[in-house]
Amino acid sequence: MSTQEIIAQSTYIVAAALFILSLKWLSAVPTARRGVIAGEVGMVMAIAATLLLPQIVSYRWIILTLLVGAAIGIPIAYLMPMTHVPQRTALSHSFGGLAVGLVGTAKYYLWHQHEPERLTTFIMAVLCFEVLLGFLTFTGSLMAFGKLQEIIPTRPIVYRGQNFVNLSILAIAVAIGVYLTINPAQIGIFPIFIALALAFGVMLILPIGGADMPTVIALLNSYAGISASAMGFVLENKLLVVAGALDGSSGFILSVIMCKAMNRSFTNVLFGAFGQVSPQALKAEERTVRSASPEEAADILLAASSVAIIPGYGMAVAQAQHKVRELFDQLTRRGIDVKFGIHPVAGRMPGHMNVLLAEADIPYDRLYEMEDINSELHHTDVALIIGANDVVNPAAKHDKNSPIYGMPIIEADKARTVMVIKRSMNPGFAGIENELYYMDKTLMLFGDAKAYLGELVKVIGQEK
Amino acid sequence: MGIQDILSYVFVFVLATFIGFEVIRRVSPLLHTPLMSLTNAISAISLVGALLVLGAEHDALSMVLAGVAVTAATVNVVSGFLITDRMLKMFKKREPGERGTSS
Repeated sequence: MSTQEIIAQSTYIVAAALFILSLKWLSAVPTARRGVIAGEVGMVMAIAATLLLPQIVSYRWIILTLLVGAAIGIPIAYLMPMTHVPQRTALSHSFGGLAVGLVGTAKYYLWHQHEPERLTTFIMAVLCFEVLLGFLTFTGSLMAFGKLQEIIPTRPIVYRGQNFVNLSILAIAVAIGVYLTINPAQIGIFPIFIALALAFGVMLILPIGGADMPTVIALLNSYAGISASAMGFVLENKLLVVAGALDGSSGFILSVIMCKAMNRSFTNVLFGAFGQVSPQALKAEERTVRSASPEEAADILLAASSVAIIPGYGMAVAQAQHKVRELFDQLTRRGIDVKFGIHPVAGRMPGHMNVLLAEADIPYDRLYEMEDINSELHHTDVALIIGANDVVNPAAKHDKNSPIYGMPIIEADKARTVMVIKRSMNPGFAGIENELYYMDKTLMLFGDAKAYLGELVKVIGQEK
Repeated sequence: MGIQDILSYVFVFVLATFIGFEVIRRVSPLLHTPLMSLTNAISAISLVGALLVLGAEHDALSMVLAGVAVTAATVNVVSGFLITDRMLKMFKKREPGERGTSS
Protein backbone atom coordinates (compact mmCIF):
# COMPACT_ATOMS: atom_id res chain seq x y z
CA MET A 1 0.00 0.00 0.00
CA SER A 2 1.41 3.38 -0.98
CA THR A 3 1.47 6.31 1.43
CA GLN A 4 -1.32 8.05 -0.48
CA GLU A 5 -3.45 4.95 -0.27
CA ILE A 6 -2.94 4.67 3.48
CA ILE A 7 -3.88 8.33 3.84
CA ALA A 8 -6.94 7.81 1.65
CA GLN A 9 -8.11 4.72 3.55
CA SER A 10 -7.60 6.42 6.93
CA THR A 11 -9.51 9.47 5.72
CA TYR A 12 -12.31 7.18 4.57
CA ILE A 13 -12.59 5.76 8.10
CA VAL A 14 -12.93 9.27 9.53
CA ALA A 15 -15.44 10.18 6.82
CA ALA A 16 -17.53 7.07 7.57
CA ALA A 17 -17.59 8.02 11.27
CA LEU A 18 -18.60 11.57 10.37
CA PHE A 19 -21.45 10.29 8.20
CA ILE A 20 -22.80 8.21 11.07
CA LEU A 21 -22.51 11.17 13.46
CA SER A 22 -24.19 13.33 10.86
CA LEU A 23 -27.29 11.12 10.87
CA LYS A 24 -27.19 10.78 14.64
CA TRP A 25 -27.20 14.56 15.08
CA LEU A 26 -30.01 14.91 12.59
CA SER A 27 -32.33 13.07 14.99
CA ALA A 28 -33.44 16.27 16.76
CA VAL A 29 -33.80 19.87 15.65
CA PRO A 30 -31.28 21.49 18.06
CA THR A 31 -28.36 19.37 16.80
CA ALA A 32 -29.53 18.85 13.23
CA ARG A 33 -27.49 21.59 11.56
CA ARG A 34 -24.36 20.25 13.24
CA GLY A 35 -25.19 17.00 11.48
CA VAL A 36 -25.11 18.71 8.10
CA ILE A 37 -21.70 20.18 8.86
CA ALA A 38 -20.35 16.78 9.91
CA GLY A 39 -21.60 15.30 6.66
CA GLU A 40 -20.04 18.08 4.62
CA VAL A 41 -16.68 17.76 6.35
CA GLY A 42 -16.69 14.00 5.81
CA MET A 43 -17.54 14.46 2.15
CA VAL A 44 -14.85 17.09 1.49
CA MET A 45 -12.22 15.00 3.27
CA ALA A 46 -13.11 11.88 1.29
CA ILE A 47 -13.03 13.74 -2.02
CA ALA A 48 -9.70 15.45 -1.22
CA ALA A 49 -8.06 12.18 -0.18
CA THR A 50 -9.31 10.51 -3.37
CA LEU A 51 -7.97 13.27 -5.58
CA LEU A 52 -4.47 12.70 -4.14
CA LEU A 53 -4.43 9.05 -5.17
CA PRO A 54 -1.80 8.13 -7.82
CA GLN A 55 -4.42 6.50 -10.12
CA ILE A 56 -5.58 9.97 -11.03
CA VAL A 57 -3.31 11.12 -13.84
CA SER A 58 -5.07 14.31 -14.84
CA TYR A 59 -7.42 16.81 -13.26
CA ARG A 60 -8.65 18.64 -16.35
CA TRP A 61 -11.94 16.76 -16.76
CA ILE A 62 -12.39 16.34 -13.04
CA ILE A 63 -12.29 20.08 -12.45
CA LEU A 64 -14.64 20.74 -15.34
CA THR A 65 -17.25 18.16 -14.31
CA LEU A 66 -17.08 19.15 -10.64
CA LEU A 67 -17.68 22.76 -11.61
CA VAL A 68 -20.58 21.88 -13.89
CA GLY A 69 -22.12 19.74 -11.13
CA ALA A 70 -21.77 22.54 -8.59
CA ALA A 71 -23.15 25.07 -11.06
CA ILE A 72 -26.28 22.94 -11.43
CA GLY A 73 -26.51 21.95 -7.76
CA ILE A 74 -26.25 25.38 -6.12
CA PRO A 75 -29.22 26.97 -7.93
CA ILE A 76 -31.30 23.83 -7.31
CA ALA A 77 -30.62 24.09 -3.58
CA TYR A 78 -31.41 27.78 -3.26
CA LEU A 79 -34.09 28.41 -5.87
CA MET A 80 -36.23 25.30 -5.48
CA PRO A 81 -39.44 26.32 -3.67
CA MET A 82 -40.20 24.18 -0.62
CA THR A 83 -43.42 22.92 -2.23
CA HIS A 84 -41.15 21.33 -4.86
CA VAL A 85 -38.89 19.47 -2.44
CA PRO A 86 -40.43 16.08 -3.40
CA GLN A 87 -39.54 16.75 -7.03
CA ARG A 88 -35.98 17.67 -6.14
CA THR A 89 -35.66 14.56 -4.02
CA ALA A 90 -36.93 12.35 -6.84
CA LEU A 91 -34.49 14.02 -9.22
CA SER A 92 -31.58 13.51 -6.87
CA HIS A 93 -32.42 9.82 -6.49
CA SER A 94 -32.37 9.56 -10.26
CA PHE A 95 -28.97 11.31 -10.47
CA GLY A 96 -27.64 9.01 -7.77
CA GLY A 97 -28.88 5.94 -9.62
CA LEU A 98 -27.45 7.26 -12.89
CA ALA A 99 -23.99 7.88 -11.41
CA VAL A 100 -23.87 4.39 -9.91
CA GLY A 101 -25.10 2.73 -13.11
CA LEU A 102 -22.63 4.61 -15.28
CA VAL A 103 -19.62 3.89 -13.09
CA GLY A 104 -20.57 0.21 -13.00
CA THR A 105 -20.84 0.18 -16.78
CA ALA A 106 -17.51 2.00 -17.23
CA LYS A 107 -15.78 -0.42 -14.86
CA TYR A 108 -17.17 -3.43 -16.70
CA TYR A 109 -15.97 -2.20 -20.09
CA LEU A 110 -12.55 -1.24 -18.71
CA TRP A 111 -11.98 -4.52 -16.95
CA HIS A 112 -13.34 -6.53 -19.85
CA GLN A 113 -10.75 -4.91 -22.09
CA HIS A 114 -7.73 -4.59 -19.83
CA GLU A 115 -8.04 -6.89 -16.81
CA PRO A 116 -10.59 -9.61 -17.57
CA GLU A 117 -9.22 -11.64 -14.64
CA ARG A 118 -10.81 -9.13 -12.26
CA LEU A 119 -14.29 -10.02 -13.46
CA THR A 120 -14.73 -12.88 -11.01
CA THR A 121 -18.12 -14.46 -10.52
CA PHE A 122 -18.71 -12.53 -7.31
CA ILE A 123 -17.67 -9.15 -8.72
CA MET A 124 -19.69 -9.73 -11.88
CA ALA A 125 -22.79 -10.67 -9.88
CA VAL A 126 -22.53 -7.57 -7.69
CA LEU A 127 -21.74 -5.40 -10.71
CA CYS A 128 -24.85 -6.63 -12.53
CA PHE A 129 -26.93 -6.01 -9.39
CA GLU A 130 -25.44 -2.52 -9.08
CA VAL A 131 -26.09 -1.63 -12.72
CA LEU A 132 -29.63 -3.07 -12.70
CA LEU A 133 -30.58 -1.24 -9.52
CA GLY A 134 -28.77 1.96 -10.51
CA PHE A 135 -30.44 2.29 -13.90
CA LEU A 136 -33.90 1.29 -12.72
CA THR A 137 -33.62 3.87 -9.94
CA PHE A 138 -32.58 6.40 -12.59
CA THR A 139 -35.62 6.01 -14.83
CA GLY A 140 -37.99 5.15 -11.98
CA SER A 141 -37.10 8.34 -10.15
CA LEU A 142 -37.32 10.36 -13.35
CA MET A 143 -40.85 9.01 -13.74
CA ALA A 144 -41.63 9.91 -10.13
CA PHE A 145 -40.26 13.38 -10.84
CA GLY A 146 -42.45 13.64 -13.94
CA LYS A 147 -45.54 12.64 -11.97
CA LEU A 148 -44.80 15.03 -9.11
CA GLN A 149 -44.14 17.86 -11.55
CA GLU A 150 -47.31 16.77 -13.40
CA ILE A 151 -45.48 16.39 -16.70
CA ILE A 152 -46.87 12.86 -16.69
CA PRO A 153 -50.46 12.26 -15.46
CA THR A 154 -50.37 11.70 -11.68
CA ARG A 155 -53.12 9.10 -11.82
CA PRO A 156 -52.05 5.46 -12.06
CA ILE A 157 -51.54 4.35 -15.65
CA VAL A 158 -52.73 0.78 -15.86
CA TYR A 159 -53.44 -1.76 -18.56
CA ARG A 160 -54.33 -5.43 -18.67
CA GLY A 161 -51.47 -7.78 -17.86
CA GLN A 162 -49.35 -4.96 -16.50
CA ASN A 163 -47.88 -6.96 -13.65
CA PHE A 164 -47.10 -9.80 -16.03
CA VAL A 165 -45.27 -7.46 -18.43
CA ASN A 166 -43.34 -5.81 -15.61
CA LEU A 167 -42.31 -9.03 -13.98
CA SER A 168 -41.33 -10.47 -17.36
CA ILE A 169 -39.02 -7.53 -18.06
CA LEU A 170 -37.46 -7.94 -14.64
CA ALA A 171 -37.13 -11.70 -15.09
CA ILE A 172 -35.41 -11.33 -18.48
CA ALA A 173 -33.06 -8.69 -17.04
CA VAL A 174 -32.18 -10.93 -14.10
CA ALA A 175 -31.65 -13.88 -16.46
CA ILE A 176 -29.24 -11.82 -18.57
CA GLY A 177 -27.51 -10.70 -15.39
CA VAL A 178 -27.04 -14.31 -14.33
CA TYR A 179 -25.78 -15.21 -17.82
CA LEU A 180 -23.27 -12.32 -17.71
CA THR A 181 -22.14 -13.39 -14.27
CA ILE A 182 -21.30 -16.82 -15.62
CA ASN A 183 -19.90 -15.52 -18.93
CA PRO A 184 -18.39 -12.08 -18.28
CA ALA A 185 -16.88 -12.08 -21.79
CA GLN A 186 -20.32 -11.74 -23.44
CA ILE A 187 -20.05 -7.97 -23.54
CA GLY A 188 -22.41 -7.74 -26.52
CA ILE A 189 -25.55 -8.29 -24.45
CA PHE A 190 -24.62 -5.76 -21.79
CA PRO A 191 -26.43 -2.89 -23.58
CA ILE A 192 -29.58 -5.04 -23.69
CA PHE A 193 -29.22 -5.58 -19.96
CA ILE A 194 -29.01 -1.80 -19.42
CA ALA A 195 -31.99 -1.17 -21.70
CA LEU A 196 -34.11 -3.65 -19.74
CA ALA A 197 -33.11 -2.05 -16.43
CA LEU A 198 -34.08 1.38 -17.78
CA ALA A 199 -37.37 0.06 -19.13
CA PHE A 200 -38.25 -1.69 -15.89
CA GLY A 201 -37.78 1.57 -13.96
CA VAL A 202 -40.32 3.28 -16.21
CA MET A 203 -42.83 0.43 -16.09
CA LEU A 204 -42.56 0.11 -12.32
CA ILE A 205 -43.67 3.69 -11.67
CA LEU A 206 -46.37 3.97 -14.38
CA PRO A 207 -49.14 2.39 -12.25
CA ILE A 208 -48.31 4.43 -9.15
CA GLY A 209 -50.56 7.32 -8.21
CA GLY A 210 -49.81 10.60 -6.47
CA ALA A 211 -51.00 9.46 -3.04
CA ASP A 212 -48.44 6.64 -3.05
CA MET A 213 -45.55 8.95 -3.82
CA PRO A 214 -44.28 9.14 -0.20
CA THR A 215 -43.77 5.37 -0.14
CA VAL A 216 -42.32 5.20 -3.62
CA ILE A 217 -39.86 8.04 -3.04
CA ALA A 218 -38.69 6.35 0.15
CA LEU A 219 -38.33 3.04 -1.69
CA LEU A 220 -36.33 4.63 -4.51
CA ASN A 221 -34.19 6.28 -1.84
CA SER A 222 -33.46 2.85 -0.49
CA TYR A 223 -32.62 1.49 -3.97
CA ALA A 224 -30.23 4.38 -4.64
CA GLY A 225 -28.46 3.62 -1.36
CA ILE A 226 -28.21 -0.12 -1.91
CA SER A 227 -26.88 0.37 -5.44
CA ALA A 228 -24.21 2.76 -4.10
CA SER A 229 -23.30 0.15 -1.52
CA ALA A 230 -23.00 -2.52 -4.23
CA MET A 231 -20.71 -0.15 -6.09
CA GLY A 232 -18.49 -0.10 -3.01
CA PHE A 233 -18.09 -3.89 -3.32
CA VAL A 234 -17.17 -3.58 -7.00
CA LEU A 235 -14.69 -0.76 -6.49
CA GLU A 236 -13.38 -2.25 -3.22
CA ASN A 237 -14.20 0.92 -1.34
CA LYS A 238 -15.56 0.44 2.17
CA LEU A 239 -16.62 4.07 2.57
CA LEU A 240 -19.03 3.58 -0.31
CA VAL A 241 -20.31 0.39 1.27
CA VAL A 242 -20.99 2.21 4.55
CA ALA A 243 -22.54 5.36 3.06
CA GLY A 244 -24.72 3.32 0.72
CA ALA A 245 -25.85 1.05 3.55
CA LEU A 246 -26.81 4.09 5.67
CA ASP A 247 -28.82 5.55 2.80
CA GLY A 248 -30.36 2.18 2.00
CA SER A 249 -31.49 1.55 5.56
CA SER A 250 -32.83 5.09 5.87
CA GLY A 251 -34.94 4.70 2.74
CA PHE A 252 -36.11 1.31 3.91
CA ILE A 253 -37.19 2.57 7.35
CA LEU A 254 -39.04 5.50 5.79
CA SER A 255 -40.86 3.28 3.32
CA VAL A 256 -41.91 0.92 6.13
CA ILE A 257 -43.24 3.91 8.10
CA MET A 258 -45.13 5.13 5.03
CA CYS A 259 -46.60 1.68 4.35
CA LYS A 260 -47.75 1.35 7.96
CA ALA A 261 -49.30 4.81 7.81
CA MET A 262 -51.41 3.61 4.90
CA ASN A 263 -51.96 0.10 6.23
CA ARG A 264 -50.57 -1.37 3.03
CA SER A 265 -47.81 -3.74 2.05
CA PHE A 266 -44.89 -3.08 -0.31
CA THR A 267 -46.32 -5.40 -2.94
CA ASN A 268 -49.64 -3.64 -2.69
CA VAL A 269 -48.03 -0.24 -3.22
CA LEU A 270 -45.95 -1.44 -6.16
CA PHE A 271 -48.45 -3.68 -7.87
CA GLY A 272 -51.81 -2.64 -6.46
CA ALA A 273 -52.41 0.53 -8.53
CA PHE A 274 -54.13 2.22 -5.62
CA GLY A 275 -56.31 5.16 -6.44
CA GLN A 276 -58.07 3.95 -9.55
CA VAL A 277 -61.49 5.43 -9.49
CA SER A 278 -63.72 2.50 -8.74
CA PRO A 279 -67.14 2.46 -10.45
CA GLN A 280 -69.26 2.56 -7.30
CA ALA A 281 -67.40 5.61 -6.01
CA LEU A 282 -68.54 7.53 -9.06
CA LYS A 283 -72.20 7.17 -8.13
CA ALA A 284 -73.00 10.66 -7.01
CA GLU A 285 -74.86 10.43 -3.75
CA GLU A 286 -77.27 13.18 -3.00
CA ARG A 287 -76.56 13.98 0.60
CA THR A 288 -76.69 17.35 2.19
CA VAL A 289 -73.75 19.14 3.70
CA ARG A 290 -73.66 22.32 5.73
CA SER A 291 -71.49 25.08 4.41
CA ALA A 292 -70.39 28.28 6.08
CA SER A 293 -69.19 31.73 5.04
CA PRO A 294 -65.83 33.12 6.20
CA GLU A 295 -67.70 35.32 8.70
CA GLU A 296 -69.44 32.34 10.31
CA ALA A 297 -66.21 30.35 10.33
CA ALA A 298 -64.38 33.26 11.94
CA ASP A 299 -66.97 33.48 14.72
CA ILE A 300 -66.64 29.78 15.49
CA LEU A 301 -62.84 29.97 15.55
CA LEU A 302 -62.87 33.00 17.83
CA ALA A 303 -65.27 31.29 20.22
CA ALA A 304 -62.96 28.28 20.49
CA SER A 305 -60.26 27.85 23.07
CA SER A 306 -58.39 25.12 21.20
CA VAL A 307 -57.99 24.58 17.46
CA ALA A 308 -56.29 21.71 15.64
CA ILE A 309 -55.27 22.42 12.05
CA ILE A 310 -54.86 19.35 9.86
CA PRO A 311 -53.05 20.16 6.63
CA GLY A 312 -52.77 17.95 3.56
CA TYR A 313 -51.32 18.06 0.10
CA GLY A 314 -54.10 20.44 -0.98
CA MET A 315 -52.56 23.11 1.25
CA ALA A 316 -49.28 22.76 -0.63
CA VAL A 317 -51.01 22.85 -4.01
CA ALA A 318 -52.85 26.04 -3.08
CA GLN A 319 -49.62 27.52 -1.63
CA ALA A 320 -51.70 28.35 1.42
CA GLN A 321 -49.08 27.78 4.14
CA HIS A 322 -48.33 31.48 4.64
CA LYS A 323 -52.01 32.28 5.05
CA VAL A 324 -52.17 29.43 7.56
CA ARG A 325 -49.37 31.14 9.46
CA GLU A 326 -51.34 34.41 9.53
CA LEU A 327 -54.37 32.59 10.89
CA PHE A 328 -52.15 30.84 13.45
CA ASP A 329 -50.75 34.21 14.58
CA GLN A 330 -54.15 35.84 14.92
CA LEU A 331 -55.60 32.97 16.89
CA THR A 332 -52.61 32.51 19.22
CA ARG A 333 -52.52 36.25 19.86
CA ARG A 334 -56.09 35.93 21.14
CA GLY A 335 -55.02 33.21 23.51
CA ILE A 336 -56.42 30.35 21.48
CA ASP A 337 -54.34 27.19 21.61
CA VAL A 338 -53.47 26.17 18.04
CA LYS A 339 -51.86 22.85 17.22
CA PHE A 340 -51.09 21.18 13.91
CA GLY A 341 -51.78 17.49 13.34
CA ILE A 342 -49.50 15.97 10.72
CA HIS A 343 -50.31 12.58 9.22
CA PRO A 344 -47.18 10.63 8.16
CA VAL A 345 -48.33 10.45 4.53
CA ALA A 346 -49.68 13.99 4.27
CA GLY A 347 -47.98 15.56 1.29
CA ARG A 348 -45.94 13.91 -1.38
CA MET A 349 -42.93 12.75 0.64
CA PRO A 350 -42.19 11.85 4.27
CA GLY A 351 -42.14 14.96 6.44
CA HIS A 352 -43.20 17.27 3.61
CA MET A 353 -45.87 19.15 5.63
CA ASN A 354 -43.45 19.89 8.46
CA VAL A 355 -41.01 21.57 6.10
CA LEU A 356 -43.74 23.67 4.48
CA LEU A 357 -45.11 24.83 7.84
CA ALA A 358 -41.64 25.51 9.20
CA GLU A 359 -40.93 27.58 6.10
CA ALA A 360 -44.05 29.62 6.89
CA ASP A 361 -42.48 30.32 10.30
CA ILE A 362 -44.75 28.13 12.36
CA PRO A 363 -42.80 27.00 15.43
CA TYR A 364 -42.02 23.31 15.18
CA ASP A 365 -43.15 22.60 18.76
CA ARG A 366 -46.70 23.26 17.48
CA LEU A 367 -46.44 20.42 14.96
CA TYR A 368 -47.86 17.20 16.41
CA GLU A 369 -47.49 13.67 15.13
CA MET A 370 -50.62 11.65 14.43
CA GLU A 371 -50.70 9.71 17.74
CA ASP A 372 -50.10 12.87 19.77
CA ILE A 373 -52.79 14.94 18.11
CA ASN A 374 -55.26 12.06 18.33
CA SER A 375 -55.01 12.00 22.10
CA GLU A 376 -55.89 15.72 22.11
CA LEU A 377 -58.69 15.84 19.57
CA HIS A 378 -61.58 14.68 21.75
CA HIS A 379 -61.21 17.82 23.87
CA THR A 380 -60.42 20.15 20.99
CA ASP A 381 -63.08 22.70 20.03
CA VAL A 382 -62.39 23.01 16.32
CA ALA A 383 -60.61 20.74 13.87
CA LEU A 384 -59.76 22.75 10.75
CA ILE A 385 -58.89 20.56 7.80
CA ILE A 386 -57.02 22.20 4.95
CA GLY A 387 -56.53 20.18 1.80
CA ALA A 388 -56.50 16.79 3.53
CA ASN A 389 -59.05 14.11 2.74
CA ASP A 390 -58.32 10.40 3.08
CA VAL A 391 -56.14 10.86 6.18
CA VAL A 392 -59.19 12.13 8.14
CA ASN A 393 -61.79 9.76 6.67
CA PRO A 394 -63.51 7.90 9.55
CA ALA A 395 -64.40 5.08 7.14
CA ALA A 396 -60.85 3.85 7.63
CA LYS A 397 -61.86 2.91 11.18
CA HIS A 398 -65.12 1.07 10.68
CA ASP A 399 -66.05 0.50 7.02
CA LYS A 400 -64.60 -2.85 6.05
CA ASN A 401 -65.52 -2.26 2.39
CA SER A 402 -63.62 0.98 2.15
CA PRO A 403 -60.34 0.79 0.20
CA ILE A 404 -58.64 2.66 3.01
CA TYR A 405 -60.01 0.43 5.78
CA GLY A 406 -57.41 -0.10 8.50
CA MET A 407 -55.35 2.95 7.64
CA PRO A 408 -54.51 4.95 10.76
CA ILE A 409 -56.17 8.36 10.54
CA ILE A 410 -56.18 11.66 12.33
CA GLU A 411 -59.46 11.51 14.23
CA ALA A 412 -60.78 14.92 13.29
CA ASP A 413 -64.32 13.62 13.82
CA LYS A 414 -63.65 13.56 17.57
CA ALA A 415 -63.40 17.35 17.77
CA ARG A 416 -66.49 19.33 18.82
CA THR A 417 -66.71 21.14 15.49
CA VAL A 418 -65.10 20.14 12.22
CA MET A 419 -64.39 22.62 9.46
CA VAL A 420 -63.13 21.53 6.07
CA ILE A 421 -61.69 23.90 3.49
CA LYS A 422 -62.27 22.26 0.14
CA ARG A 423 -62.74 23.35 -3.45
CA SER A 424 -65.89 21.33 -4.13
CA MET A 425 -67.57 18.11 -3.14
CA ASN A 426 -65.56 16.09 -5.70
CA PRO A 427 -64.20 13.00 -3.99
CA GLY A 428 -60.47 13.13 -3.29
CA PHE A 429 -57.62 11.50 -5.05
CA ALA A 430 -58.62 7.96 -4.26
CA GLY A 431 -62.20 8.63 -5.30
CA ILE A 432 -63.46 7.63 -1.88
CA GLU A 433 -66.42 9.36 -0.31
CA ASN A 434 -65.63 10.98 3.02
CA GLU A 435 -68.48 10.64 5.50
CA LEU A 436 -66.82 13.24 7.71
CA TYR A 437 -68.24 15.89 5.36
CA TYR A 438 -71.81 14.80 6.06
CA MET A 439 -71.64 14.79 9.84
CA ASP A 440 -73.84 17.19 11.77
CA LYS A 441 -70.90 18.92 13.39
CA THR A 442 -69.11 19.46 10.10
CA LEU A 443 -69.05 22.74 8.22
CA MET A 444 -67.76 22.84 4.68
CA LEU A 445 -65.83 25.96 3.76
CA PHE A 446 -65.91 25.93 -0.04
CA GLY A 447 -63.19 27.70 -1.95
CA ASP A 448 -59.53 27.78 -2.80
CA ALA A 449 -57.59 27.23 0.44
CA LYS A 450 -55.41 30.29 0.01
CA ALA A 451 -58.26 32.62 -0.96
CA TYR A 452 -60.57 31.31 1.76
CA LEU A 453 -57.92 31.61 4.46
CA GLY A 454 -57.19 35.13 3.21
CA GLU A 455 -60.86 36.04 3.74
CA LEU A 456 -60.89 34.35 7.13
CA VAL A 457 -57.79 36.22 8.27
CA LYS A 458 -59.26 39.50 7.07
CA VAL A 459 -62.53 38.95 8.94
CA ILE A 460 -60.77 37.91 12.14
CA GLY A 461 -58.44 40.91 11.82
CA GLN A 462 -61.47 43.25 11.80
CA GLU A 463 -63.01 41.73 14.92
CA LYS A 464 -62.08 43.48 18.08
CA MET B 1 -11.25 -10.30 -4.51
CA GLY B 2 -10.74 -13.48 -2.52
CA ILE B 3 -13.28 -15.06 -0.24
CA GLN B 4 -11.68 -13.35 2.75
CA ASP B 5 -12.09 -9.92 1.17
CA ILE B 6 -15.66 -10.69 0.22
CA LEU B 7 -16.47 -11.65 3.80
CA SER B 8 -14.85 -8.53 5.22
CA TYR B 9 -16.90 -6.37 2.85
CA VAL B 10 -20.10 -8.20 3.77
CA PHE B 11 -19.14 -7.68 7.41
CA VAL B 12 -18.82 -3.92 6.89
CA PHE B 13 -22.10 -3.81 4.98
CA VAL B 14 -24.04 -5.67 7.66
CA LEU B 15 -22.66 -3.55 10.50
CA ALA B 16 -23.30 -0.31 8.62
CA THR B 17 -26.87 -1.39 7.90
CA PHE B 18 -27.48 -2.10 11.57
CA ILE B 19 -26.00 1.24 12.60
CA GLY B 20 -28.17 2.87 9.95
CA PHE B 21 -31.30 1.25 11.35
CA GLU B 22 -30.49 2.22 14.93
CA VAL B 23 -29.54 5.81 14.12
CA ILE B 24 -32.34 6.52 11.68
CA ARG B 25 -35.06 4.98 13.84
CA ARG B 26 -34.41 7.80 16.28
CA VAL B 27 -34.89 10.60 13.77
CA SER B 28 -38.03 12.61 14.56
CA PRO B 29 -40.75 12.40 11.86
CA LEU B 30 -40.59 16.17 11.92
CA LEU B 31 -37.26 15.90 10.10
CA HIS B 32 -37.95 13.10 7.64
CA THR B 33 -37.66 15.35 4.61
CA PRO B 34 -34.26 16.77 5.64
CA LEU B 35 -33.23 13.21 6.53
CA MET B 36 -33.93 12.09 3.02
CA SER B 37 -32.00 14.92 1.43
CA LEU B 38 -29.08 14.41 3.83
CA THR B 39 -28.77 10.66 3.24
CA ASN B 40 -29.04 11.41 -0.44
CA ALA B 41 -26.09 13.78 -0.26
CA ILE B 42 -24.11 11.25 1.77
CA SER B 43 -24.75 8.39 -0.63
CA ALA B 44 -23.50 10.64 -3.43
CA ILE B 45 -20.09 9.61 -2.05
CA SER B 46 -20.25 7.40 -5.15
CA LEU B 47 -18.59 10.52 -6.56
CA VAL B 48 -15.34 9.10 -5.22
CA GLY B 49 -15.61 6.05 -7.48
CA ALA B 50 -16.55 8.18 -10.49
CA LEU B 51 -13.56 10.48 -9.90
CA LEU B 52 -11.15 7.53 -9.92
CA VAL B 53 -12.47 6.28 -13.26
CA LEU B 54 -12.50 9.74 -14.83
CA GLY B 55 -9.07 10.78 -13.54
CA ALA B 56 -7.43 7.56 -14.73
CA GLU B 57 -8.20 8.63 -18.35
CA HIS B 58 -8.20 5.13 -19.85
CA ASP B 59 -10.34 5.61 -22.92
CA ALA B 60 -13.03 7.85 -24.34
CA LEU B 61 -15.99 5.60 -23.40
CA SER B 62 -15.08 5.25 -19.74
CA MET B 63 -14.31 8.97 -19.53
CA VAL B 64 -17.67 10.00 -20.98
CA LEU B 65 -19.54 7.63 -18.65
CA ALA B 66 -17.51 8.70 -15.61
CA GLY B 67 -17.73 12.38 -16.58
CA VAL B 68 -21.52 12.27 -16.57
CA ALA B 69 -21.39 10.29 -13.31
CA VAL B 70 -19.12 12.89 -11.64
CA THR B 71 -21.46 15.68 -12.74
CA ALA B 72 -24.59 13.88 -11.52
CA ALA B 73 -23.03 12.93 -8.18
CA THR B 74 -21.68 16.45 -7.65
CA VAL B 75 -25.15 17.89 -8.22
CA ASN B 76 -26.39 15.59 -5.46
CA VAL B 77 -23.58 16.40 -3.05
CA VAL B 78 -23.88 20.14 -3.50
CA SER B 79 -27.65 20.50 -3.68
CA GLY B 80 -28.23 17.79 -1.05
CA PHE B 81 -26.18 19.38 1.71
CA LEU B 82 -27.22 22.95 0.88
CA ILE B 83 -30.95 22.26 0.72
CA THR B 84 -30.83 20.21 3.93
CA ASP B 85 -29.28 23.16 5.71
CA ARG B 86 -31.77 25.53 4.11
CA MET B 87 -34.64 23.41 5.42
CA LEU B 88 -33.19 23.01 8.90
CA LYS B 89 -32.70 26.75 9.23
CA MET B 90 -36.48 27.15 8.94
CA PHE B 91 -37.28 25.01 11.97
CA LYS B 92 -37.67 27.46 14.83
CA LYS B 93 -39.13 27.30 18.28
CA ARG B 94 -41.25 30.19 19.45
CA GLU B 95 -43.11 31.09 22.60
CA PRO B 96 -46.88 30.83 22.07
CA GLY B 97 -48.48 34.22 21.61
CA GLU B 98 -45.37 35.88 20.27
CA ARG B 99 -45.70 37.78 17.00
CA GLY B 100 -44.96 35.83 13.85
CA THR B 101 -42.61 38.38 12.35
CA SER B 102 -39.89 37.86 14.95
CA SER B 103 -37.54 34.97 14.47
